Amino acid sequence: MDMSMTWLKDYVDVDTDIKDYVEDITLSGSKVEGYTVLGGDIKNVVTGKVLSIEKHPDADKLVVTKIDVGSGEPLQIVTGATNLYVGAYIPVALSGSTLANGVKIKKGKLRGVESNGMLCSVEELGCDRHDFPEAPENGIYIFPNEVPLGKDIVEIMDLYDESVEFEITSNRPDCFSMIGLARETAATYNKKLRYPEIMVKEEAEGNINDMVSVDIQNSELCPRYVARVVKNVKIGSSPRWMRKRLRSVGIRPINNIVDITNFVMQEFGQPMHAFSIDTIADRHIIVRNAKEGEKFTTLDGIERNLDSSMLVIADSEKAVGIAGVMGGENSMITGDTAEVLFESANFNGPNIRITAKKLGLRTDASSKFEKGLDPNLCEIAVNRAVQLVEMLGCGDVVKGCVDCYPNKLEERKIPYSPEKINKLLGTDISEDTMIELFERLEIKVNKDAKMLTIPTFRPDLETNADLAEEVARLYGYSKIEPTLAAGTPTVGKKTYEQQITDIVKDTMISNGLCEAMTFTFESPKVFDKLLIPENSDLRKTVNIYNPLGEDFSIMRTTTLNGMLNSISTNYNRRNEEAALFEIGKIFIPKALPLTELPYEPKKLTIGMYGKDTDFFTIKGIIEHLFDVLGISEKAEFNPQSDITWMHPGRTAEIYINGENAGYVGEIHPTVADNYSIETRVYFAVVDFEALVNNACLVAEYKPLPKYPAITRDISMVINDGVFVKDIEKSIKENGGNLIESVKLFDVYQGSQIDKGFKSVSYSITFRAADRTLVDDDVNPAMKKILASLEKDFGANLRE
Amino acid sequence: MKKQLQEIQEKALAALNQVKQTKELDDIKVKFLGKKGELTAILKGMKDLTNEERPIIGQLANDVRNDIENKIEQVKKELAALELKSRLESEKIDVTMPGHTCACGHKHPLDKVIDEISDIFIGMGYEIADGPEVEKDYYNFEALNIPANHPAKDEQDTFYINGDILLRTQTSPVQVRVMEKGKLPIRVVCPGAVYRADEVDATHSPIFHQLEGLVVDKNITMGDLKGALAVFAKELFGEDTKVRFRPHHFPFTEPSAEMDVTCFACGGKGCRVCKGEGYIELLGCGMVHPKVLEMSGIDPDEYSGFAFGMGLERVAMQRYGITDLRLLFENDVKFLKQF
Repeated sequence: MDMSMTWLKDYVDVDTDIKDYVEDITLSGSKVEGYTVLGGDIKNVVTGKVLSIEKHPDADKLVVTKIDVGSGEPLQIVTGATNLYVGAYIPVALSGSTLANGVKIKKGKLRGVESNGMLCSVEELGCDRHDFPEAPENGIYIFPNEVPLGKDIVEIMDLYDESVEFEITSNRPDCFSMIGLARETAATYNKKLRYPEIMVKEEAEGNINDMVSVDIQNSELCPRYVARVVKNVKIGSSPRWMRKRLRSVGIRPINNIVDITNFVMQEFGQPMHAFSIDTIADRHIIVRNAKEGEKFTTLDGIERNLDSSMLVIADSEKAVGIAGVMGGENSMITGDTAEVLFESANFNGPNIRITAKKLGLRTDASSKFEKGLDPNLCEIAVNRAVQLVEMLGCGDVVKGCVDCYPNKLEERKIPYSPEKINKLLGTDISEDTMIELFERLEIKVNKDAKMLTIPTFRPDLETNADLAEEVARLYGYSKIEPTLAAGTPTVGKKTYEQQITDIVKDTMISNGLCEAMTFTFESPKVFDKLLIPENSDLRKTVNIYNPLGEDFSIMRTTTLNGMLNSISTNYNRRNEEAALFEIGKIFIPKALPLTELPYEPKKLTIGMYGKDTDFFTIKGIIEHLFDVLGISEKAEFNPQSDITWMHPGRTAEIYINGENAGYVGEIHPTVADNYSIETRVYFAVVDFEALVNNACLVAEYKPLPKYPAITRDISMVINDGVFVKDIEKSIKENGGNLIESVKLFDVYQGSQIDKGFKSVSYSITFRAADRTLVDDDVNPAMKKILASLEKDFGANLRE
Repeated sequence: MKKQLQEIQEKALAALNQVKQTKELDDIKVKFLGKKGELTAILKGMKDLTNEERPIIGQLANDVRNDIENKIEQVKKELAALELKSRLESEKIDVTMPGHTCACGHKHPLDKVIDEISDIFIGMGYEIADGPEVEKDYYNFEALNIPANHPAKDEQDTFYINGDILLRTQTSPVQVRVMEKGKLPIRVVCPGAVYRADEVDATHSPIFHQLEGLVVDKNITMGDLKGALAVFAKELFGEDTKVRFRPHHFPFTEPSAEMDVTCFACGGKGCRVCKGEGYIELLGCGMVHPKVLEMSGIDPDEYSGFAFGMGLERVAMQRYGITDLRLLFENDVKFLKQF
């Protein structure tokens, strides 16, 4: 909402500097987004009079003028203008002056003839013909009347103003008006607010009640409809003061009737509409719901499809306007309209909002109505409008008004409690101070009954909390002493899950991974890209009804796409290596269509590539994590070739305590290719919940060994398909309880080993807690181990 | 014989003074003191001495041996010191060459901001709460005093799943969920992702992050709100930070305010970052609306509270001087490694 300071001063005396005003009004609750000074750049431009015009000796298109600027010698100015005449009063930019666009004018020579300034058009003064309709389309502005010479043009043409842009919050529709902001200004500075005095002479013949009738068929959507009629309408331009006010709030002046409705809409916040009365059949106005599928052409010439939720203004034959949104082409005012009906009505805010949204037609009027206006404004506004009609001499006002107002909105009475207000604010403001502040806001106070009468333009005031805000903002938020709540002490700490989150993140970072953040919604096309089977549960997604586009239309059921995109970004930006992790949510519907909220489990996702990265790099990171979380003993990695988006021979499923908790491996080359990644990419996806549930952060001390260990190394040649995990398991099972550790220290495949076989070597450590072991303790165990390896795996032991 | 001994002593000591390397010492030791050494050879003549002479010469021979041995030890130590010195000199390296580091990962800048803010509030006795991102309309709007058709619903450009379920547009629904649990007093902050239908550009993203705070207890005042948030601002931006509270409107708080902090770039003098105002808007806040307390089953006559909420991307961008929001979601390691 733009507001003009010049206009504001019509209602309240403010002499504060604009900078201070902006801060004061912001701190009392009307937030200023910014302000601009209009005409502020213009310096040293004055009124002048043309004394003589002579041809330029060396240029056909230039003339040499002598200009009287009130003092000293007349100035010689060269100009190319063709609309000048001797005796014309014109704006003169003196040497050393500045124009509206910041251009500086200095004296100089034009084709050899000295020129001591410039004569100005309205454009050079930051205006156009909407501001000064009498200005020529091309040429110097010539005053229509005599003006004193040598006077500052800003003052004479009334060019100066300050336009303040407010951010008005949804609870204060009354502030979308000059009067509303003037009221806030008056309250802020404790000044008196001057409402415009509204008096209508009603000089036309007849009475409106004999001319027009109104029937509201849906009073819920239209609580009030007021109409007045103006005869003998003379369309013309409105006066400078009105045009200036409209311009300063960003509205283009059009003609006197339109300007008046716009002026009143800005002044009181009440949108109005003017119909050409001859176009209304039987002069009978019906406010009704549109018919389903009813077609209607609005003022802008576009045909609209209406539905029965929308409200129209109609006559007995046809609709003539969409209530609160836009009038119809069929009832539009034209140059020869003689009789005009001014509509000043109140419509249900939410309904207007929905209608405007459905039609994609948000107008100045609808955006005011949708916030919910005070129905008691209707009559004031229409009277103000016809008063202006009389004042501007653009028509004769017919006596009386038609006012359909079935349920008058009365002022509400609410109790107030100074104690509760002070208790909520933490202040000690006296009741009398509060009363004074209430009264500034036009709230009437009954101190004995502790009752307030709330004006109907403030529906937002209901409870002591609302009143506390009114008191606080005028008293000053800054005067409320900051305190630190004593209250019941609480312990601030992270939950167990949050602690695990921190540990996981720290571990990832200590392994050289960077934390990523990806979008949680994506395209349904990702499933094909990820080679996810048609019948996979992952394709059962929570879908967004009104997405920004297909690319953002489903809530992800897997974190793969987000991470692969990030990896792809890194790869395609030629980063030699990248290692990323993310702890993020996926969204799994319990049933479709969605009736209750989906599950939102978290996943730890790792994605990485680089010349030193292979399967065992990423597996090592997972193992490190398990070690930190105390779940190494419970974890198993089993080969898994059925995950369609992973490399079938290079993927392991992770089990914790026997339950599937994710997988780790290499991304399927086709999938990598689908993401334009031409290198091997390694991924791990781990259920975060499994980490939380199985983590064991409490360490238990085991005494350090007192007796030495015996270590035996064995090497064997074994079928390539045997997993080392199974060999290790066999050694442990057969080695008895003296085994302390079994460590794989070498795997070899090469020239000395037959194809399809591999050589593996283990270091087996035995130790007893109560004695030093001797060979005889270990030999039987070793024998058993070797026998089983030969029997179960066909191992060929090497010495 | 006495003279012979003295000669040996002189010869040995002279030889020792010439020694340059440890192994020469052993040769000298053998030459003079060994079984076939010169001293031993002379002592073989002891048996020819008189009884009076024998102890005197014996004493002398012992002294000579001791002298030589001491000298050998001394030279040995000197040589060892010299050799150590020359070894240390020869082992000199260029200590300005880079160290062998293990690649270090980095936390996401947004997460760093979340950590930092959470830690401040944990220190003030707050817990961290979480809630669903796919949320019921009731929690996101209605229970926050934003009824159907409220203009505030439009302002937030909500993504809907269906009529009742949506993507939360704010972290405020977590407030309601915490209050509904009925465990009082409440001191929580809830960081998390929120969704609004904004096209992606340098300053907008349809997914972004907020941090919500809620305190509910007996006798909580607006003064307490100001006090807590002033402490927070000083912790986050530095001891000299000043705060300013401006009246504002949120449906779920009353009175409501926006809090500005003195510009981190100019300290309040006014500059390009703060558009000359000296202050930068940081968060929205207010006293929890009595209707909101009531709807969540808390008696507004007995309890009161305050709530606040802030956008985290903006804090992160300002803190690190990031000018394009999209960088936060691209996950380019060249970007992430800067934090």
